[in-house]
Amino acid sequence: MNNRYYGKLIFELSKPGRIGYSLPCNHCDTHHLAEIPEQLKRKQAANLPEVDELTVVRHYTNMSNNNFGVDTGFYPLGSCTMKYNPKINEEICNLPEFTSLHPLQPDCTIQGALEVYYNVQKSLAEMAGLSEFTLNPFAGAHGELTGLMTMRTYHMKRGDLKRTKVIVPDSAHGTNPASAAVCGLEVVEVKSTPEGTIDVEDLKPLLDDTIAGIMMTNPNTLGIFEKEIPEIAKLVHACGGLLYYDGANLNPLLGKCRPGDMGFDIMHINLHKTFSTPHGGGGPGSGPIGVRAGLEKYLPNPRVRKTDEGKFMVDSDENSLGTISGFLGNFAVVLRAYAYILTLGKENVKMVGPLATLNANYVKESLKSHYLLPIEGICKHEFVFDGLIDKSTDVTTLDVAKRLLDYGFHAPTIYFPMLFHQALMIEPTENESKETLDEFIAIMKKIAEEAISDPDNVKSAPHNTPVRRLDDTLAAKHPIVTYAEMLNDTPSDEL
Amino acid sequence: MSYKYFPHTEDDMRDMLKVCGVKSLDDLYAEIPDDIQFKREYDLPSTMSEAEVRKFFKNLGEKNKSLTCFTGAGCYDHYTPAVINYILQRSEFLTSYTPYQAEISQGTLQYIFEFQSMMAELTGMEVSNASMYDGPTATAEAMMMSVAHARKRNKVLASSTLNPNILRVLETYAKFHGVELERIAEKDGVTDKADFETKVANGDVAGVIVASPNYYGALEDYTGWADSCHAKKTLFIMNCNASTLGAIKTPGEWDADVAVGDAQSLGIPMCFGGPYVGYMCTRKSLIRKMPGRVVGATADADGQRAFVLTLQAREQHIRREKATSNICSNQSLMALFVTIYLSVMGKKGLQEVNELSYSGAHYLADELCATGKFAMAHNQPFLNEFAVKTTVDISLLQKKFIEAGIFGGLKIAEDTLLFCVTEMRSKEEIDLLVNIVKQL
Repeated sequence: MNNRYYGKLIFELSKPGRIGYSLPCNHCDTHHLAEIPEQLKRKQAANLPEVDELTVVRHYTNMSNNNFGVDTGFYPLGSCTMKYNPKINEEICNLPEFTSLHPLQPDCTIQGALEVYYNVQKSLAEMAGLSEFTLNPFAGAHGELTGLMTMRTYHMKRGDLKRTKVIVPDSAHGTNPASAAVCGLEVVEVKSTPEGTIDVEDLKPLLDDTIAGIMMTNPNTLGIFEKEIPEIAKLVHACGGLLYYDGANLNPLLGKCRPGDMGFDIMHINLHKTFSTPHGGGGPGSGPIGVRAGLEKYLPNPRVRKTDEGKFMVDSDENSLGTISGFLGNFAVVLRAYAYILTLGKENVKMVGPLATLNANYVKESLKSHYLLPIEGICKHEFVFDGLIDKSTDVTTLDVAKRLLDYGFHAPTIYFPMLFHQALMIEPTENESKETLDEFIAIMKKIAEEAISDPDNVKSAPHNTPVRRLDDTLAAKHPIVTYAEMLNDTPSDEL
Repeated sequence: MSYKYFPHTEDDMRDMLKVCGVKSLDDLYAEIPDDIQFKREYDLPSTMSEAEVRKFFKNLGEKNKSLTCFTGAGCYDHYTPAVINYILQRSEFLTSYTPYQAEISQGTLQYIFEFQSMMAELTGMEVSNASMYDGPTATAEAMMMSVAHARKRNKVLASSTLNPNILRVLETYAKFHGVELERIAEKDGVTDKADFETKVANGDVAGVIVASPNYYGALEDYTGWADSCHAKKTLFIMNCNASTLGAIKTPGEWDADVAVGDAQSLGIPMCFGGPYVGYMCTRKSLIRKMPGRVVGATADADGQRAFVLTLQAREQHIRREKATSNICSNQSLMALFVTIYLSVMGKKGLQEVNELSYSGAHYLADELCATGKFAMAHNQPFLNEFAVKTTVDISLLQKKFIEAGIFGGLKIAEDTLLFCVTEMRSKEEIDLLVNIVKQL
């Protein structure tokens, strides 16, 4: 990362007459675009930039220098599992033998691709302790939605139409209730105990024949394992509901515990978290969903299956919930995840969870002298501080986060979960060395000391980044979301 | 147990476990009830060295057959400029996440702002979001947006000329979201205007979804459609293949309220179905109803122009069950892909792509019809994709095509094939395809 700000827009580098492409000559020129009827033609050319190739390369290279990634430095963003993205995976997913395939090619010409897809389905099922997976969902939230559609389809196919509610803990990821709403389910919130886990006594009265199921992540968003899960599973199943597992926090369980064994019926996995595929500035991810035996037929079409003769085929099932993607999901992401699974192998996959958990507990124990740990005990892959212990200064979690940027670290997740006002959610992953963690711990302590010795400097941080603190309010009140609006200075919808 | 992705030495582990107050890694899992702990080894292959991984995927790759592509149907074989993948592999872009910390994420924020600007230009609309998963799900989001906008209506009309993949996704989302989805009939390969007028006149329709080019490649004439929709406070939603918008009348020019679709056609490799990127553009007045992330311009504490995620009050992490959508991660890196593509191709390149595709597709259509074995399925203007009816045995023909290394059209009915020609297809390749037809 470079601390000098490169703020130009590609449009500002444009000069009429320049081009950055080369295309072949037209050898079939008996017909021309000009033949299109006038009323169907574009009247005014799109105002796209006119730039040469080197200008494009320099522009985006300079822009990238204002970005921070896992390859730049420690990225302890809680609930996002910012683990190392192995480079061999990139090489594999760019193989032309895969990138050149049209998704509708006949099965006999895509056997390699289908084998990848099928084997990843199987590998995920083994690690999840479930029966079958689909890799069609594009992201975690898309997986949640697809999982809930599976849940509703199960109830609907049984003629059990009253089940229109889903239980979501108050500590859940925001996507959980949003996915439920998109799926047409009513959200019922269940409270957490002071220890941060689901309050089973609060859960019991919610369970009746209108409950489609419950959405949980385990460990939960506080990084605490919900050890009452066998009891919860028993209660939910007894009322006829299903258990959905939000796989965002699966990483610490690799090698130690499987959602299917805990009693979950449906789950999604974020390949861009647990299976090392790059986050890409916010996608493309992949959110495969898995189900327990008996629910396979409800998974979305199309499906990838293996025939008795050992061939792979694209198929569909009439009992399916329907279709949730144009084709078979983000295939290049699946390829990366497969390369990761094979690279680790069974000997190393099982170390992922324990080492991620060790790193998190090490940071937690090392920092609880300076930051308020609301819930004591062993955490899993992540944990939450409720801001600084010393509340005598008005230095907030936001200020701590911004000051971390000055020291070359990405900030943790802040103000989530909402159970604590000054939440600071830290997730180191298994790939970070003790030296990196020690450096982070030292800086976090230093910031806690600065909060007392020089609070103004912390409150006005960051100071060493390409840009300083940004005016979010201005952006929202006076939205300028395109270059054309910027030129005319006409906000989208002034409040 | 040294391993390349785990930096922990025996000494590190000992020291760290001590700080954690436990004796072993297993102790970190002591609270998990014994009967749900996983005690055996996963049934997975053993670890592979890097060279073995390379060899493994090379062998798998050889089980595929790369074909000269004459099929579109939602995925198009266009030219990918070399600079794109080169820049996409920059780890500052690739290994970052959603730009929550704007001060160290200006790279991501800035390209999303450029993406929004370019997509708004291309569609002729006023505003754009930061991307959707793909074309079909973007269309489903537009359907739900129209219902949320209309408040008390839950009926949406979708043209029968939409790609069946899009229709299937719409039907699935509609079923669960409580949307009453009704088809508008088709007539000679385009949407039946009379059926549309009758259905929209009822005044109970939240949104109307149409496409151009449609599934058959036909360029539809929507003169007057937006007015009929607006007279009944219905949103007019258009699904368009992004690349073709360099040449054909835009959703903005048709006075549409929402423009959605797939931007895979902007040079993204076909890659067996993904990742691609969906887009959604709309009017300024609807920006707060639009799902997905949005980047806006602002200033930093020194007055420097810079960019941030904005209008987040619409989003799932704030609004939870009242959010406009559940979308969180989208297809950011593919938005960067499209942004670089449109920078390289610029104003003229996209027009040239469409010119080459138009010439090639019409040449193929003429040559196929000249064999006497094919006839145009519809009498409609088209750009790079068209449907033809045939008297030949389609399965035999397809077998011959595959033998010659050609993916020659998609069978969309017993006697109908859908062909696509982009700037990637040379005259020699087209002639080869036509010769196979002649010899049959």
